[in-house]
Amino acid sequence: MADLSIEFAGIKAPNPFWLASAPPTDKAYNVVRAFEAGWGGVVWKTLGEDPAAVNVSSRYSAHFGPNRQVQGFNNIELITDRSLEINLREITQVKKDWPDRAMIVSLMVPCVEESWKTILPLVEATGCDGIELNFGCPHGMPERGMGAAVGQVPEYVEMVTRWCKTYSSLPVIVKLTPNITDVRLSARAAYRGGADAVSLINTINSITSVNLERMVANPIVGSQSTHGGYCGSAVKPIALNMVAEIARDPETRGLPICGIGGIGSWRDAAEFVALGCGAVQVCTAAMLHGFRIVEEMKDGLSRWMDSQGYASLKDFSGRAVGNTTDWKYLDINYQVIAKIDQDACIGCGRCHIACEDTAHQAIASLTQADGTHKYEVIDEECVGCNLCQITCPVESCIEMVAQDTGKPFLDWLHDPRNPYREAS
Amino acid sequence: MIDTLSHLPRPDAGAAELADRFADLAPPLTARQAALESARCLYCYDAPCINACPSEIDIPSFIRNISHENVQGAAQTILSANILGGSCARVCPTEILCQQACVRNNAQECAPVLIGLLQRHAIDNAQFSEHPFQRAAASGKRIAVVGAGPAGLSCAHRLAMHGHEVVIFEAREKAGGLNEYGIAKYKLVDDFAQRELAFLLQIGGIEIRHGHKLGDDLSLSELHQQFDSVFLGIGLAASKRLGLADDAAPGLLAATDYIRELRQTDDLSQLPLARRCIVLGAGNTAIDMAVQMSKLGADDVNLVYRRGLSEMGATEHEQAIAKDNQVRLLTWAQPEQVLLDDQGQVRGMRFARTRLDNGRLQATGETFELAADAIFTAIGQAFDGAALVDPLARELQREGERIWVDAQLRTSLPGIYAGGDCTALGQDLTVQAVQHGKLAAEAIHAHLMLTVEAA
Repeated sequence: MADLSIEFAGIKAPNPFWLASAPPTDKAYNVVRAFEAGWGGVVWKTLGEDPAAVNVSSRYSAHFGPNRQVQGFNNIELITDRSLEINLREITQVKKDWPDRAMIVSLMVPCVEESWKTILPLVEATGCDGIELNFGCPHGMPERGMGAAVGQVPEYVEMVTRWCKTYSSLPVIVKLTPNITDVRLSARAAYRGGADAVSLINTINSITSVNLERMVANPIVGSQSTHGGYCGSAVKPIALNMVAEIARDPETRGLPICGIGGIGSWRDAAEFVALGCGAVQVCTAAMLHGFRIVEEMKDGLSRWMDSQGYASLKDFSGRAVGNTTDWKYLDINYQVIAKIDQDACIGCGRCHIACEDTAHQAIASLTQADGTHKYEVIDEECVGCNLCQITCPVESCIEMVAQDTGKPFLDWLHDPRNPYREAS
Repeated sequence: MIDTLSHLPRPDAGAAELADRFADLAPPLTARQAALESARCLYCYDAPCINACPSEIDIPSFIRNISHENVQGAAQTILSANILGGSCARVCPTEILCQQACVRNNAQECAPVLIGLLQRHAIDNAQFSEHPFQRAAASGKRIAVVGAGPAGLSCAHRLAMHGHEVVIFEAREKAGGLNEYGIAKYKLVDDFAQRELAFLLQIGGIEIRHGHKLGDDLSLSELHQQFDSVFLGIGLAASKRLGLADDAAPGLLAATDYIRELRQTDDLSQLPLARRCIVLGAGNTAIDMAVQMSKLGADDVNLVYRRGLSEMGATEHEQAIAKDNQVRLLTWAQPEQVLLDDQGQVRGMRFARTRLDNGRLQATGETFELAADAIFTAIGQAFDGAALVDPLARELQREGERIWVDAQLRTSLPGIYAGGDCTALGQDLTVQAVQHGKLAAEAIHAHLMLTVEAA
């Protein structure tokens, strides 16, 4: 079996599956259960200055799919609502009892040097393996000048990171907020400040739904609501993109990335690793199914790695980064055309109506003698957009077949049709 | 009570237990089940299920409405195509209609969306504060509808919607036709047919006159003179006879007669019970009869058919219901003689074994006897020719024994339309009758409005 152990930013762990800073890592009881279940590490839920934060009720809401599948999850919880002393004592004990697991402590204190200078030695004294700076919490805390309020200003990110490197010898992971326009600016700032790694994404500002009877968004607190932080499966595509943006940014080359955002399976994790991550963090999936999910994640990842001949995560980490590029570098001469497997087709007509109404009128609906319909691609009209394949309910029924155009690789920068093309 | 069976005992079970046994065969979906099931619909375009529905209900649309928590909208979609959508949801052989056509029957899944149950869910749970269809301005036209079965009711409702006045002439005490008198009790429970009727009549402009029968106190000539148009939805009122000696002996009865009695009684424990019985036939009525007798407590129910299982009119689904209820399906045997006891009452039947010989059904020469306290015939319904005896009615062109109609449900006589089982068009199904009634109403309306404009 493949070796799942990692060393990430100087932190060792038996596997790359860490629990993100969130309710599952709020206290010793949960974390011990997580370690018993087999998690490689945890990021202890964010510590702050006393007095501890106070939370409201209720706190969570979800974006549901048609079968009550939770597609996205939203919370309005603040950082830990327990005293610093209790948290530090528990962290010390748990790390002592579980020395092989990664114990990262998430921190958020006011953007004042003295505050960081005070808390960092206390945290380091617990014996933890590293700290993660919570620059991403999008609800509540920014109103007090913390969390995303820091993460959204690259100068603050750099400054606080530098304080941490100054007053602590621990590896510093900077957790980035996605609630910005270009995540690379934050990552570069962290890099300049001396960060050992970045982790992303934190949650996205969100309102998941509105209760139309009471005319108030969810989750409801009394008769009001507020925006929360969005996470879960639905945010994975956003997280993957932000990870890739940083992974292929020359200015932060080599900066370790811990992937977070909608990871619920070994495949999700493998995708983050392929785009450059050295470890991943999970929260929502565990909150929905319990800590046991790590078992299938570890098993699936290691079997898949075996099937691919990867002995360790390093063997494929970042492998998909080089193939992720700007639009202008794509081969404009590449052409795929949809091909419908008539034996597999169940005749639902979705490909036809999708193409007919909203795309390129490239799928003909041919009425058969028995009143059913046969769907055929009109090759000349097909631009290879994938829409039919996406709407088709049958896996592998529609294949996008690469065409031999006989034309050489050509990107837009050099395309004669581009009025601003570069001279070749 | 059914005279010809009055010598038989009554069921052992009490009324309450029997009522339980006759409860809904396919219980309604819970809200959660409906949500899950509706989410399975792929929302096909040019959906095969619509193509397979004789009443052309926009199935993907109503299911999407259920999925999006709009049960009322779902019900209205159904009812706009099929005003008897509630009973059709219960009695349609969906396994050979919409659900057979569902693309989720494909080899990978083999599990169609449960369209019938979803339709029932929508109709049962919609709460309309007023009737969901409005009548157009009064047209001043009056139309006679003969027969208050599914075809007649559907026709009447659509005509009323178009602003016409409708008078329905119905021979029986209650309207509803086979929904009231002919469907197995466990398929259409309690007083659903009457509740559906009450809903349908909410539209207004429909008067039902009971106790009038065509060929009896009604003639087509009179109706034709008194009304602007006439619609005949008179069904197949006669049960086919065996054509054997003693086929009216005590203990021998048409299944439809027994089922009618069973559906009308308030106390199932007062029905005559044939502990050993024979049901002759191969259609859904035969299955209904056999299963109901089994539920009443019969020990030995034999359904006998002269051909094989695959030739049976009853669908596989129906056959499975029979087997689940301890009904024995005996095939390749045809009735030869009704056996009577000393008092002239049925004691059994002798059958001749049959086989196919070059595609023709032949007796093998071998015979056997089955003991039975009663024999129920369910060998098909026939057109009651006595309905069409007046001079005008005689002129109606027939197709076989039934009334000939074109695709617009027009008979050979101007202004006279017909639909449902009394015509030869389409299948003998409730949903087909509803569609006929609807189409006929549209044709009548179009014709009458044309003449109004011309005038």
